[in-house]
Amino acid sequence: MIKNKIQFNKYYKFFNLLSSVLVVISLCLLIFKGLNFGVDFKGGTLIELRANDKQITISSLRSAFSNMNLGDVAIKKFGKDSDYLIKFEKKGNTKTLIQDIKNNLTKTLGSGYEFRRVENVGPKVSAELLKGGLIAIAAALGAMLFYIWIRFEWQFSIGAILALFHDVILTIGVFSLFSLEINLSIVAAILTIVGYSMNDTVVIFDRVRENLKKFMDIKIFELTNISINETLSRTIITSATTLLALLSIFIFGGEILKGFSLAMILGVVFGTYSSIYIANPVLVYLKVSYKTVIKEDK
Amino acid sequence: MLYFSRTKIITVILISIIFSFFTLSNFTKFDDNLFNKKINLGLDLQGGSYLLLEIDNDPVVVKDLQNKATLLKNYFKEKKIKLLNLKVSDEKIISFNVDSNDVENTNKFLEDKEEGINPYYEKFKTYQYDIVLEGNKFELKLSKYGLVLLKNSSLDQAIEIVRRRVDEIGTNEPNILKRGNDRILVELPGLDDPMRIKNLLGKTANLAFRFVSKSSEETFGNELLEFDENPDDYEDPVFVSKRIIMSGENLLDAQPRMDSETNQTVVTFTLDRVGAKRFGKATTTGIGKQLAIVLDGKIISAPVIQDAIVSGSGQITGGFTFQTATDLALLLRSGALPAPMNIIEERTVGPDLGEDSIKAGLMALLIGFSLVITFMLAKYKIFGLIANTALILNLLLLIGILTLFEATLTLPGIAGIILTVGMAVDANVLIFERIKEEKLNEKNQVIAFDTGYNKSKTAVLDANITTLIAAVILFFLGSGPIKGFSVTLGVGIFTTLFSVYFIARLLTSLYLMKNKNKENLI
Repeated sequence: MIKNKIQFNKYYKFFNLLSSVLVVISLCLLIFKGLNFGVDFKGGTLIELRANDKQITISSLRSAFSNMNLGDVAIKKFGKDSDYLIKFEKKGNTKTLIQDIKNNLTKTLGSGYEFRRVENVGPKVSAELLKGGLIAIAAALGAMLFYIWIRFEWQFSIGAILALFHDVILTIGVFSLFSLEINLSIVAAILTIVGYSMNDTVVIFDRVRENLKKFMDIKIFELTNISINETLSRTIITSATTLLALLSIFIFGGEILKGFSLAMILGVVFGTYSSIYIANPVLVYLKVSYKTVIKEDK
Repeated sequence: MLYFSRTKIITVILISIIFSFFTLSNFTKFDDNLFNKKINLGLDLQGGSYLLLEIDNDPVVVKDLQNKATLLKNYFKEKKIKLLNLKVSDEKIISFNVDSNDVENTNKFLEDKEEGINPYYEKFKTYQYDIVLEGNKFELKLSKYGLVLLKNSSLDQAIEIVRRRVDEIGTNEPNILKRGNDRILVELPGLDDPMRIKNLLGKTANLAFRFVSKSSEETFGNELLEFDENPDDYEDPVFVSKRIIMSGENLLDAQPRMDSETNQTVVTFTLDRVGAKRFGKATTTGIGKQLAIVLDGKIISAPVIQDAIVSGSGQITGGFTFQTATDLALLLRSGALPAPMNIIEERTVGPDLGEDSIKAGLMALLIGFSLVITFMLAKYKIFGLIANTALILNLLLLIGILTLFEATLTLPGIAGIILTVGMAVDANVLIFERIKEEKLNEKNQVIAFDTGYNKSKTAVLDANITTLIAAVILFFLGSGPIKGFSVTLGVGIFTTLFSVYFIARLLTSLYLMKNKNKENLI
């Protein structure tokens, strides 16, 4: 059998406790701190501005925008030194809003700037996008549940789904903790995390089921450990290559993809961890044995 | 698992070559039409404007109800039934009373499928109007499908007008699509300042010629209208008669022109026969009166009629710049929208940001790809080379397929390709690791490889199906750039499976057959 076996199962309880605490903290953050929704989901206007004139600074922009009666305007640097991201929630007449802002800015700051990107989302559309995003995530979770239900026994389904929820909740928790922006691309990232987390869990489960039939006399506690170890090198290599790809998006892919790739990186890390420390212990707690899988074969 | 027939080998090679060709066609120009395909760049990569317009259908519904009320009055007059208290309420209900002897008869006409006063839609099994009868009071309300059909027809009209206006401006390859039953999506590639188009699309462009009324006892009633914003010479609002002499519908053409006498920019117009007749009559009888030219409830100008105009053409002055005159002429030519429209979503990306995004995306792809390839080579040596060959062909296939279907590539789409690169090696890793395990118990290398491939199959399929599920859901529920991500991710799964089970397996089997007797191949 496998050499250099790592005793993952010794730490099941410890990590389960840790995960539970982290999930509770994440949920508390979600409830009490909430999420920093971007223009997509909250409505409002986003302008990416590039200053070609050295005179234009974050403070001169602030004072220029504060005179425009746009309500709460958030201005921050975006990637390069001369790039700024300006956000405000002002609703109302969108037909001339951008033009008015441009005229106003040119009056106070001169013409040494350009709008690289403008996004304006009305309240009706943002509500629909948020609803659509939630439906998409719910649909993905439902589809995974269905898939695992037809592929495996119910004990496995519970393990996989718990791991899935764990990954998604922790990822969103980190976004809440650091007030990172939630926009449409983050929803896409979460859905991909759902796929990845499931993928990672299923590979180990596949091995657990195979081993259940092979070693009928070994207890599930030990058996999960064997299965984890047997698939460990694959788990590490795949996580590594995926992380390499994601890190290169994060570092070189530009500002727009930063949040997206960060969410995915978190998801891959959580997903790899949860496949080992959430999905497998659940099998132990649910007292899975060879009988569980033999029944199905009949 | 390891045997390949000759035809299979040839097919695999052919498919790889064909799709690689499509990939190449993005970078070179082929004379042949079949190969001259290119991936479309999304608005976030090539720059451009995305506008979502929503029709405010309330005025359309109200107008339809008013027309219906008139129609009912005339219809029942013919049937010798008198409608009392006929009115259209704010809740969009037509109500009227009839004499109690006529109730039954009236109801019969309204429910008669052949009569057509309340059309019956066989397809939806419903009337245009739902009828509520209380005593001798009738209430008519648009039925669900009656409303849907009304909205659809107003959307059809609106999209036609939007298309005309966008075409007149002459942007390249605009994309104009219906969304639901009251929205229109307009995509304008390459447009970095949508101000003018937003202005043009935001106007209903209802033009009317109406007399300015001096006396307050106007038969048709009158209303106080403001002049169109003109900061240079402000004019006080004036009373304008509600009677419309002539509307935009009677216009045949409108063009901006420089008036050589006054040196002003004007909009000249030509009227159709009906319009010319009406305009001639009004100007003949109304010499000395002020004629207001009203656009969307605001007066553009209100000149005093000097002469009778019977030629069927005229001009509008209003302190225009050449730009505003051009736009007004364009609006008049393209016709009025059935209802006002609001821009409820706008996303504009400047061309240089798009270019920067492409550069960043390609850079990330190149680096991610190199890292993964180096990693695999270091880990699996010769089999790393096989996996890498499969990975390169996988990428060529993926881009080739996207090219063949002329799919739209977005920035998240590029991210999807990079992610595919990272996850694609997973299948080969699963297989190679399984082979390593099998070799611990199996002396015969060929058998070890064969069982390795066989036993890893379910895990590989499971792993890819789960990702595919996520991609499919994103495709159907995602929007815009996100859809681009789901397409590359989803297509990437199929190319990955092909590259693993045909290309990598073929190379593995060829290598294995040559080196059957060597120890520790993997």
